[in-house]
Formats: sequence, structure tokens, C-alpha cells
Amino acid sequence: MGKYILKRIALAFVTIWAVATITFFLMNLVPGGPFLSEKAISPAATKALEAKYGLDKPMAERYFTYISDAAHGDFGDSLKQRGRTVMDIIATKFPVSAKLGGMAVILALCVGVPLGVLAAYKRGTFIDSLFSVIATCGIAVPGFVICTLLLYVFGVKLQWLPTLGLKNAQSYIMPVVALAAYPTSYIMRLMRSSMLDVLGQDYMRTAKAKGLSQKVSLFKHALRNAILPVITYVGPMLAYTLTGSFVTEKIFTIPGLGGEFIKAINGRDYTMIMGTTIFLATIMIVMNVIVDIVYKLVDPRIKLK
Amino acid sequence: MEKNPLSFQLKLNPDDFLPATEEEKEGLVVMRDSVSFWKDGFRRLRKNKVAMVCLFIIIIVMIFAFIVPAFYPYSYEQQIQGANNLAPMQYSAKEMEQIAAGEKVFPHFFGTDKMGRDYAIRVMMGSRISLLVGIIAAAIILVIGSVFGSIAAFAGGWVDLIMMRIVDIIYTIPDVLLIVLLSFALKAPLKVLAQAPGFGWISVVGENLISIFIVFALLYWVGMARMVRSQILMLKESEYVTAARALGASSARIIKKHLLTNCIGTLIVTTTLQIPSSIFTESFLSFLGLGVAVPMPSLGSLASDAINGLNTYPYLLFIPAAVISLIILSFNLLGDGLRDAFDPKLKN
Amino acid sequence: MSEYLVDIQHERLSFFTPAGEVKALNDVSIHLNDGEVLGIVGESGSGKSVTAYSLMGLTAYPGKLVGGTIDFNGHRINDLSEKEFRKIRGNEVSIIFQDPMTSLNPVYTIGNQIMEVILLHTDKNKEQARARAKELLELVGINEPEKRLKQYPHELSGGMRQRVMIAIALACEPKLLIADEPTTALDVTIQAQILELMMELKEKLGMAIIMITHDLGVVASMCDRIAVMYAGRIVEYGTTDDIFYNPKHEYTKGLLKSIPRLDAKEHERLVPIEGTPIDLLNPPAGCPFAPRCSNCMKICLREMAPVTTFDDVHYTQCWMNQKEQMEREAAK
Repeated sequence: MGKYILKRIALAFVTIWAVATITFFLMNLVPGGPFLSEKAISPAATKALEAKYGLDKPMAERYFTYISDAAHGDFGDSLKQRGRTVMDIIATKFPVSAKLGGMAVILALCVGVPLGVLAAYKRGTFIDSLFSVIATCGIAVPGFVICTLLLYVFGVKLQWLPTLGLKNAQSYIMPVVALAAYPTSYIMRLMRSSMLDVLGQDYMRTAKAKGLSQKVSLFKHALRNAILPVITYVGPMLAYTLTGSFVTEKIFTIPGLGGEFIKAINGRDYTMIMGTTIFLATIMIVMNVIVDIVYKLVDPRIKLK
Repeated sequence: MEKNPLSFQLKLNPDDFLPATEEEKEGLVVMRDSVSFWKDGFRRLRKNKVAMVCLFIIIIVMIFAFIVPAFYPYSYEQQIQGANNLAPMQYSAKEMEQIAAGEKVFPHFFGTDKMGRDYAIRVMMGSRISLLVGIIAAAIILVIGSVFGSIAAFAGGWVDLIMMRIVDIIYTIPDVLLIVLLSFALKAPLKVLAQAPGFGWISVVGENLISIFIVFALLYWVGMARMVRSQILMLKESEYVTAARALGASSARIIKKHLLTNCIGTLIVTTTLQIPSSIFTESFLSFLGLGVAVPMPSLGSLASDAINGLNTYPYLLFIPAAVISLIILSFNLLGDGLRDAFDPKLKN
Repeated sequence: MSEYLVDIQHERLSFFTPAGEVKALNDVSIHLNDGEVLGIVGESGSGKSVTAYSLMGLTAYPGKLVGGTIDFNGHRINDLSEKEFRKIRGNEVSIIFQDPMTSLNPVYTIGNQIMEVILLHTDKNKEQARARAKELLELVGINEPEKRLKQYPHELSGGMRQRVMIAIALACEPKLLIADEPTTALDVTIQAQILELMMELKEKLGMAIIMITHDLGVVASMCDRIAVMYAGRIVEYGTTDDIFYNPKHEYTKGLLKSIPRLDAKEHERLVPIEGTPIDLLNPPAGCPFAPRCSNCMKICLREMAPVTTFDDVHYTQCWMNQKEQMEREAAK
């Protein structure tokens, strides 16, 4: 067990390092630094600015300084938002995105799992077909379409819900629903097929032969086995909600990290781009490690190596 | 058990107790026809109504995306003067005059955008881009993934170990994050490269599109590689392959007869399902402004452009949104149908 | 109500598949007294498991009982509601399945799975149920029961798991134990141990057993009576001696010829039964075995034979036997 966790953590560190390295060199491929767009600045001033942010040093040196600083949680100062460190911005913006994403993940699990179980249990009926259609559409419709559709219907036409910002509880409804639509549908399908698989297993026949009621055999014997694939999906789902928030935050004008990332890319805010990428990647990778370990704990068959 | 009293009321003929001939016996045995894997698969696919409807929709969309624009009277970048922001089927003042003068004016089925470009042709071109991205990306992924996966599976040992570690690392890298980054970072170097002699085609295809392909080629093949590897490993160890080898079948025959027939179903299905996922990603990037370059439209960028005018011109958003949803939905359902038809493990 | 523990009369059961109705059971009748052991023999798909499952209400979707009556221990199974049925399952009748590898839930401990059935059918509290589970594990010959209770199925060998399955089946001291090919998935040495254990437990607990198998060796050593099934019908029924020393049906004879014997002469070959079983989707009008029968007559192809009885127990469904009996009667 301990060995497995160590191995997983080691791999996570390698991955994070790989992400940091790729990000660093990719950023250096981009010609025209962050100060090029500010045409008013004289060449001398540009030089001075570059010197201040260490952009004049050789790439190898900058790389090592950057990696060692990043390892200490220091991503430097934002190039565009003068006077604020990257960590500062992340610290203020990330909680907004995390809250939104967390709510979406919980919504997706709370809706997707029971509906998937129901569809499997009622297989071949109208309910099953109805859920199938909804889930298939939920997977096929891109996030921005769902966002804008919701915005148009409930925000513009009916004017039931606020269209921008996160001022009150109601303003969370649309972004969270939009963000949760895809994972909910995915979990529903996953849960249905895994439940069908489990219902056909021999041990379900054993449960019935013991005289257990359908409720007990479904919720005790089937669910615990059927939920395993859903656990493996939690990692990718977190990644989806985090990056999905790029679109959601843009459409609903929410001051989160996703919007900040897009802003940084368009503004060529190197340090901000690198910092956000590494930060988000680290979160996703760490989540994946946790999910992996949880999975192995829930399924006793898997031996931890 | 009681005797059946009826049995003695039967009129039995002495002839009945003569031995039956072999032919008579054989006449009784009704065997179900044995059909080949492909025939059986296509038969099942044809019976799947949903999949057939989806295939039909895909073909229709392809005709509109690839053939119709060549005959269309408007082009996707042509700005028609005075025809800004027309509603569907509406004509501009100038066009009305032309019609009044007896000229024939081709209608704007979906209206025009704020720059006076015919929206129908832009949606068609957008579909073309989306479909191209989906299909080319799926092809790239198929090639890289299956080559990488089969090398790892056949080489085995430490080669396999290292190759799969690489896959593990790429797999845990948050893909969308890197895609955003890559498509942004690759734009400029590609532009430079396009200036070099012999690379002029880059600007024809568009730097962003190429960087999207590169991103897919770099990141998205790992799922395919894992799948191909595990399939091959499973088949290598399966008993029927051992049996075939014991019977003296050559490696070529084993690969052709067993590995390919068993893998191809899964490969077709995975590739088909990869197409909508690539289209999905492309539309996401285009929506964020990281996709194809203007004036080239993609369904994602069309939707993105339409957001600001949502209140007044909602159809500008809903048309590309509906088309992209339809394309992804059709490919998904077709992929499901193919899986049901060609994955032998799910037979019956 | 029937005087027998199990009394199945003219049972018909079909699976309604998209391809059509598969007649899995055709006029099957079986009865069994308390403490008796009945063997059901037949090849795959002959309906032996389906017969036993229908007795427990375990018929898989889309199977449906379409005719006949099933009585068990004073209950008319046909009429039972699902709720009433649940009180019987695992309590008065229990079952051991073929594959112990997949028959136990992988995510719960052995103890949990044994205690579950005890808690369900008795008034015992958790502590008592645990003690009973431990006792059961000892009964089925598992060492260190205390430790095993906390283990997961994958930590045990196949033979051990089958013992656990037996422990679960015996938890409530059922009147009838159905064993569905209990040894097929096990090593030969383990097979003997498990069979021995079952016979031992039968003596101790006095339950009746229905033993489903395609292994004639198993039924010979264990069973009082044997039903030979072919394509959803019982083609021959009799005591173990009847079946082994005085087989009447061509199929039974064929089965016996196809097993190796110690007293066989040198160079004597095993004789397989040629051909394959019929397709139950399109059953022939006559005897289902006719296409493979070496003594097949014209009438066999047209009509199913009536029952020919030889004594109180022994009967067959075969035109050859019917013809011989009619000839004997005519000669009298």
C-alpha cells in the first residue's frame, strides 16, 4: 500500500515537472514578449522591464530559476497586473472556480448515479429510453451551447435568473447546471452500463438465491460494484469541470481562474500563463492520485503494488 | 409420471417403425446459417435504425459541407454590401430592387452576419472545418496510437515498460490546458515556417488548424495506444492464438486471421467515437478564440461571434450550435451502433 | 398439496428472446422425498439448470413458466408472491452454483456474506450470527474460521470459496439443497473433497439434494435417483442402478458408452455420441434426439414418444421402448 502510494506520488511529481517544463519552453517559442504590444514604451524602457523580470538572461538559467522558484510556490509577478504576484491572483480567483466546479461535481454525482441505476434497473422501458436520449444529447452538446441556451432562455427571454456574475444564490444555478450537464450525462451512461454488467453477474444470482429483497441486493450488492467505474471517472471529471469553467466563466462573466487564464493567454502574460497552468495541472494530477488510491481502497481485489 | 392415455389411441402404422433414412434425419436438423464476421456485423448495423439514421445525417451534412459550397452563389468571405444582419430569408434593400427589376437573387436561408456575409455558406464552411478536424485528428490518433501501442505490445520487456510510463505521464497531463497553451504557442512558429519555401501550404490550411492537429497528435493518441496494446497483449496470450500456433499457422496468418479481425472492430469503433470528441475539442478552442483564423469560420467560432448579439440575433448562435450538436450526436450514436455490430464480445 | 418435498408436474418453460420462443423445458416432471438425492444429468443446454432455477424462482430474464405446476415443501411455487418467495429462498431451499470464483460478491468479506443470510432468515443478532457463521465455516471444513470471516473472496482458493458457498447455503438448514454443477470449475482432487463434504453434511443435516451435473461419475456415487435430460425433456428417469445397469433410452446408453471404464477391455474405444444437440428455437416435431439416434425410426421424426414405464420409478420417452413394450403386450 505505502509503496504504491509512493510510486503514484513519484509519478505525479514527474508529470508536474513535465508540465512545468513543457509550459516554460512553449512560452519561449512565442515571439514578441509581453511588452511588445505596449508600443508607447521606448526600446530602453523595454530593456529595463525585461531586465527587471529577468527576461534578458539565457534561457537555461531562466529555466532553472523558474523551476526552483515554482517548487517553492513562487510563480513570480504577473507581467500585466503590475504589483501582484501570480500566486496572489490565483489565491483570489481560484476559490470562485473551485466552488463552482465543486458544486457541479456534486450535482453530477447526485443526479447521474441514481438516474443511471434507475435506467439499468428499468432497462428496456420508457424511462430507460428517455434517460438514454437525454444522456446522449447531454454528451453531444458542447458546453458553450448549453451555456448560451440556458442564458438565452432563462436569462434573456424569461428573465428568471441573473445573466452575469455570482452575486447571489440564484446566479449559481445556470453556471453550475451548464457545467454539470456533460459529467451528469456521462456518469448516467457509465452507471447504467456498469449496473447492467453487474446485474448479470453470478453473485447477483447468489444474492437473490439467499432470499434478499431486490432493494437490498440492488443497493448493497450491485451498487458497490457498479460504482467503481464512476470513481475512476471522478479524476477526468474534475479536469473537465476545471477547464470547462473557461467557457462558463467567459459566458457568465464570472471572475474565476478560467477567465483569468484566457485573459492571460490573450495578453501574453507569461508568468501568469505558466503559473496557472502548473497550478491547475498540479490540482488535477493530485486529484487523480487521490482518486486512484480511493479506488484501490474500495475494490479489495486490486492488490497494491 | 403417468402414462399418456392418448398414446394408445394413436393409429400406429407398422411402417412407422421402420428405420429412418439418413436423409430424413438430416432434414430435421435446422442449422442457423453461419455467417462471416463482416457480413454479420453489417447485417446487424443495417438493422440498427438509429445508427442508419445517423449515418444518413452524416452523409447529408458531408454533402453540404464538401460539395454544395462549390456550387453556392455566395462565398464564405464575401461581404455583401448593405446586407448586414439580415434575418433568415430576408433580402437587403438593394437585393429587393434587383428582384423588382426582375433579377433572380439567391435567398439567404440563414440570413447574414453583421459584416454582411451569407450565413448559410458560413455554416457550411464551418461544418467542413469541424468535420475535417474530426476526421483528420481521428486518423492521426489512429495511426500514432496503434503504431505506438503495437510496438510496445510486441517488444515487451523494458521497452514496453518505458513506453507505457510515457503514456502514463501524457495521460495524466490535463489535456485541455495544454491544448490551449500549445495552440497559442505554436501559432507564431508556424507562421514563420509558412514563410519558408515549400511550406506555403501551412497558411492555406491555417496555422491554428495545424496546431490543433499537432496537439491531437501529441496528446490524444495515448488512449488509443493503451487500447491497442492491451488488445494485442490479450490476443497474444489467448488460447486460440496458442492453438493456431500449435496447429502450425504462420505469424502472418495469425496476425491476419486472429489479431486483425479481433482488433479491427474495436479500432473502427474507437476511431468513430474519436471523431466527435475531436470536433468537441475544436469547437471549444474556436469558441475561446484559439481555433481557426478569421475569416475562415468554424462552428465554434461562429457560435462565439454570435454571443454578443444574442439578444437581437439569437439564430446566429442557434444555427451553428444545432449543427455541431447534430454532428457530434450522429457520430456518437453511429459509433455506438458500430460497437454493437462489430464488437464480437458483445455478440447476441 | 403434494406428499413429496418437491413435486414438479409437466413443467413447461420458455425464453422469449428477440429471435423467438426458445422452449427450454418441455413437459418436465420430477418428484423428490425428504432426504433423497436426485441427480439431473445432461449436456449443456439440456435444461437441467433451468429446471432447478425455476424451483427457486431464479429463472433468468426473459424466461417464463408457461405450463405445469411446481410444489415445494407445501408451497405452490407458481402462486407465490415475490415477497413470500423470498422467505423460502436461502431458508428452505438453497443453491450452490457452478463457479465459486464469480458467485461471491468480490467487495464484501466472507463473514459479511454468510451473516447476511443468517440475519435475514433468523432472529439471531449480529453476535450470534457471527458465531453461527464461524460454526458453519468449521462445519464445511475451513480452518481458522475467525480469520476467514474477515477475508475477501479473492483471497481464497476455488475449493475454499465453494466451501463458503456451501456454508451460505446451509446457514438456515434448508430442506433442499440444489447443487448446480458444484465441482465443474474445480480441480479433480478438490472435486472429490467437495462431493464428500456434501454427502457428509447430508447425513448430518438430513436435507434432500438435487445434484445437477454432466459428470456421470458424480451421480453414480451420490444419487438415489437420476433424471437424464435432453433438449428440455426428461428422456429417462430411474434409480441409479436402473440408469447404470439397465439403461433403456438410446441417449442414456450413448452417455454411458462415452465414459471411460476401468473394466474395459484393452483397445476398447470410447464411443462418442455423434452430431450436435438441436436448436431449441426450431425444435423438430418428433423426438429431439432422433437426428443423432442410431436406431431412429420414421415415427421418431414425426411425433414425440409417449412415456414407457418399466416399474414404479423407471420410465423413458422413446419409441423403441414403446415398440418393445407393445410387442411384449401383444405376445401375452
